[in-house]
Amino acid sequence: MPEFVHTVGARSHRFADLKALLAKASPARAGDRLAGIAASNAEERVAAQMALAELPLKTFLDQSVVDYDADDITRLSIDSHDTAAFGPVAHLTVGDFRNWLLAYETEAAELAAVAPGLTPEMAAAVSKIMRIQDMVLVARKISVVTRFRNTLGLPGCLSNRLQPNHPTDDVKGIAASLLDGLLYGCGDAVIGINPATDNLQQVIRLNHLLADVIATYAIPTQSCILTHVTTTMQAMAQGAPVDLVFQSIGGSEATNRSFGVTQSMLSEAAAMARALQRGSVGDNVMYFETGQGSALSANAYHGVDQQTMEVRAYGLARAFSPLLVNSVVGFIGPEYLNGREIIRAGIEDHFCGKLLGLPMGVDICYTNHADADQDDMDTLLTLLGAAGVTYIMGVPGADDIMLNYQSTSFHDALYLRQLLNLKPAPEFEDWLAAGCIVSNGITLQPAVENHRLLQLVEMDNNETLP
Amino acid sequence: MTDDAKRGSEIGRPDPWHTLRSLTAARIGLGRAGGSLPTRPLLEFQLAHARARDAVLHELDAAALAQSLTSPSDDIFQLHSAAGDRAAFIARPDCGRILDDTSRKLLEKRTAAITPYDCAFIVADGLSACAIEHHAAGLLAAIFEKLAGDDWRLAPLSIVRQGRVAIGDEIGALLQARMTVLLIGERPGLSAPDSLGIYLTYDPLPGRSNAERNCISNIREPGGLSYARGAHKLAYLMRESRRRHLSGIDLKEQAAALDDAGSAENA
Repeated sequence: MPEFVHTVGARSHRFADLKALLAKASPARAGDRLAGIAASNAEERVAAQMALAELPLKTFLDQSVVDYDADDITRLSIDSHDTAAFGPVAHLTVGDFRNWLLAYETEAAELAAVAPGLTPEMAAAVSKIMRIQDMVLVARKISVVTRFRNTLGLPGCLSNRLQPNHPTDDVKGIAASLLDGLLYGCGDAVIGINPATDNLQQVIRLNHLLADVIATYAIPTQSCILTHVTTTMQAMAQGAPVDLVFQSIGGSEATNRSFGVTQSMLSEAAAMARALQRGSVGDNVMYFETGQGSALSANAYHGVDQQTMEVRAYGLARAFSPLLVNSVVGFIGPEYLNGREIIRAGIEDHFCGKLLGLPMGVDICYTNHADADQDDMDTLLTLLGAAGVTYIMGVPGADDIMLNYQSTSFHDALYLRQLLNLKPAPEFEDWLAAGCIVSNGITLQPAVENHRLLQLVEMDNNETLP
Repeated sequence: MTDDAKRGSEIGRPDPWHTLRSLTAARIGLGRAGGSLPTRPLLEFQLAHARARDAVLHELDAAALAQSLTSPSDDIFQLHSAAGDRAAFIARPDCGRILDDTSRKLLEKRTAAITPYDCAFIVADGLSACAIEHHAAGLLAAIFEKLAGDDWRLAPLSIVRQGRVAIGDEIGALLQARMTVLLIGERPGLSAPDSLGIYLTYDPLPGRSNAERNCISNIREPGGLSYARGAHKLAYLMRESRRRHLSGIDLKEQAAALDDAGSAENA
């Protein structure tokens, strides 16, 4: 691969190849330092960004950061590239592409049209020379709408995944958190449980629990048990009422192999879920989670920086028209993202996902060994609200007692809706109004002693099992 | 109480369904001030997070710990990982998994044991030195009592500062132990800043994966798995590991089948 050189004043900076250029241009990141690929000083980083800005976007069609022959995400990206869609930006450098994205004339329609012409590496590259305000502004212009039992991603909407986890999957414990979330107006993106084990019978039982709750109370939302795709396929084969198929994915074939996942497996699972025809307004049936650092953690990063690897995971996700994608940005720990790095990474992930045409949510979160706190999460939350994030997580009191990390609370979603006048998915907004839970999609109604949803902790799921 | 004061205390009361907290440890029914978190649950959360952060940053007092522990022999190895301080330990997990040069030389200098040890016990601070300071002494006493009837040839105890789980592999290999049992502070959660975990590894060698270990987690008194129960589970796993010459997933499946009460907690 050719070397890249950029001269700043009297000093020439040399970058061995495209992936070295991208890594050195990447804003400071613990994981890149851990991998030994980060810029060695601040000037080298900016020199790399300057060199990157002069690079024609076309370069990314000629040179791959991970070899075509060695990786099925590179092959997917190159083989499915839409040359016609790329047309309007084909003549631009990375730097001019940033200017094009920010131009008044570039609106939602232009951004949607160009998405199939962009490779993950183009999105990653331009994000590296954008500031937070640039990424917020451009992401805000992009509209990605998906549907299953409601309509997600409309402008002016903020949706929420209700995450009622319990450390032993106790049905009543889950139900208590579930009703708490619903009574705080949350759960329109999905009601999604991370089960404590991959045990098939337990996964099937939880699928029935959520399907029963959604049917009994006619809630316009969808459910998901976040277990391995192969377990969900087994559950579907045994007749479980599966709405969405979940899988964690990463940005290289080798990362996904370490997760026990292949592209054909995902295609098969998506087809199985669509065949169940459980969606009422659409058939986006996939739910993916990602996070910077996963490829390095799996030692499958090919010397590529963690932010570029993350966007490559989005390149995989978009092949499956998912209902939801989210970056679990602060979960991986401070050796990959620490302190304020979490904030920029969350904005990058949301921007790059949206630019590639994905319904991006962000799990705004941190662990206790990271140098981060609730104020940092409020900062990222508010920025993402301004950027038009499709959905965020809803965990009782921001404290996930199963996964042992801090995410966003139901109150956080209410805050963002109130601050920025954002509403839930329209079908869900109507349901909340009819149930006297939230009025106008924004204002929480006073809590009542005898709300009918309180009965859901009494539902005995075992009676409904086949 | 004045009317104004009464109104002030009514805003932010817990929700009517807060009694459902008997069903889950999740923070449900917290109440609302407008749509925001009321003052009391806000500060309760801040307290839990503050304790967790303090636990992560707390430095282990290894000398005091050595005084308090029950040990198989009089000598205790005081070791340190290649992570120089707490900040390096958090940023560089790879450094926390290997010994520093001084510690390695200390173990290498030792005359090799005539017969290999059956097991080397190791105590490492991990992400919560508080867990070790609160629970290691009590837990080790319970373990040695449990093992007393068996014929175990135990290596001298090691205490490691700035250590992660895999550092036990290097220590076990240098001590020529057939297995290691490593007690380590777990990453603090909001519910408990001082949970202790035990990792058992048969045939410890650098490069072992976590799938080759057995873990018993969330040991703390009160509130978690008791010392007695933790010691009971460990003694079972140690005997089976010695008999079957393995640890990890294969041993876990067997253990789960034989001890169904323990399988969920071991997960």
